[in-house]
Amino acid sequence: MAKNNTLRKETPSSANPVAAARTSPSAPPIPDLDRLIHERLRLGIVSALAADDSLTFNELKKLLKTTDGNLSVHARKLEEAGYVACKKSFEGRMPRTEYSLTADGRHALEKYLNHMEALIRAMRDR
Amino acid sequence: MASVQPIRPVRPEPLELHAHAMDNLRFIRETMERAASFTAVPGWGGFAMGCTALAATLIAARQPTVEAWLTVWAVEGLVAILVGVIALSHKARTAHVSLFSAPTRKFALSFAPPLLAGLLLTVVLYRAHLGESIPAMWLLLYGTGVVTGGAFSVRIVPVMGLCFMLLGAVALFCPTLWGNYFLAAGFGGLHMLFGIIIARRFGG
Repeated sequence: MAKNNTLRKETPSSANPVAAARTSPSAPPIPDLDRLIHERLRLGIVSALAADDSLTFNELKKLLKTTDGNLSVHARKLEEAGYVACKKSFEGRMPRTEYSLTADGRHALEKYLNHMEALIRAMRDR
Repeated sequence: MASVQPIRPVRPEPLELHAHAMDNLRFIRETMERAASFTAVPGWGGFAMGCTALAATLIAARQPTVEAWLTVWAVEGLVAILVGVIALSHKARTAHVSLFSAPTRKFALSFAPPLLAGLLLTVVLYRAHLGESIPAMWLLLYGTGVVTGGAFSVRIVPVMGLCFMLLGAVALFCPTLWGNYFLAAGFGGLHMLFGIIIARRFGG
């Protein structure tokens, strides 16, 4: 789990695993994979925020069954990419971090979903 | 003759690409379902259920026997379930949410057991000639169902359940003749009040 969630330097479409799907000349073209949200935990964060307007750090942690460290690292990566917005405040004396999906993040998820569907179509058409 | 064995263990076949894509789609759908609050709880449906409950109160109050009173409320219960299911499916359709999605299933599975317990206890209490305890028990168990089902819903739903439970608890210690009025206040008043709040805040 920890190994899967370790942070790597992601570059869109580098070492694209979709290349294998392109071997068939009849298969429709498949767009480049967004490596930033392809990672499982980041995909979970974006998916959860697509369903709920905003979620706190603790809600996300519980929902995705992950650790504080993992979640904060991956959420920051998404924040830096402009996919999620982060709002920090205090609830009494307790700090509260709330995340929401930006328009770019929603667009990226839609693109990723289209990508996955295209991939499945391409493999079926082979 | 000795057979040749590979030194390294045979690697399992890699997961096919399209299977991986399908797994990703499934993961996205499940995560979204877990994150989404149950918003298909119908506000206007609750309001309509409250109206039918008030009508049932008026009819039930005129019944001379416990059997007739119970029959009126049993019919009202069926009507309320029908109204609730129609309103719920309508709201789910409008919100493009499946009626059989995980949040809806969780809601139904948490809501139904207290109602079934209430149904059985109604039979038992009626047979034991303790019909006067039935209104309080209905309010308590309906409230329990709404609280447990509402744990997967927007916050106002479990609050409504708690109000039902509170009303049921009060009804337990009040004169038995007030039972019908407690049912009117709960199934009529609370449904209408919270129905309007849910409809205004959560889109219908």
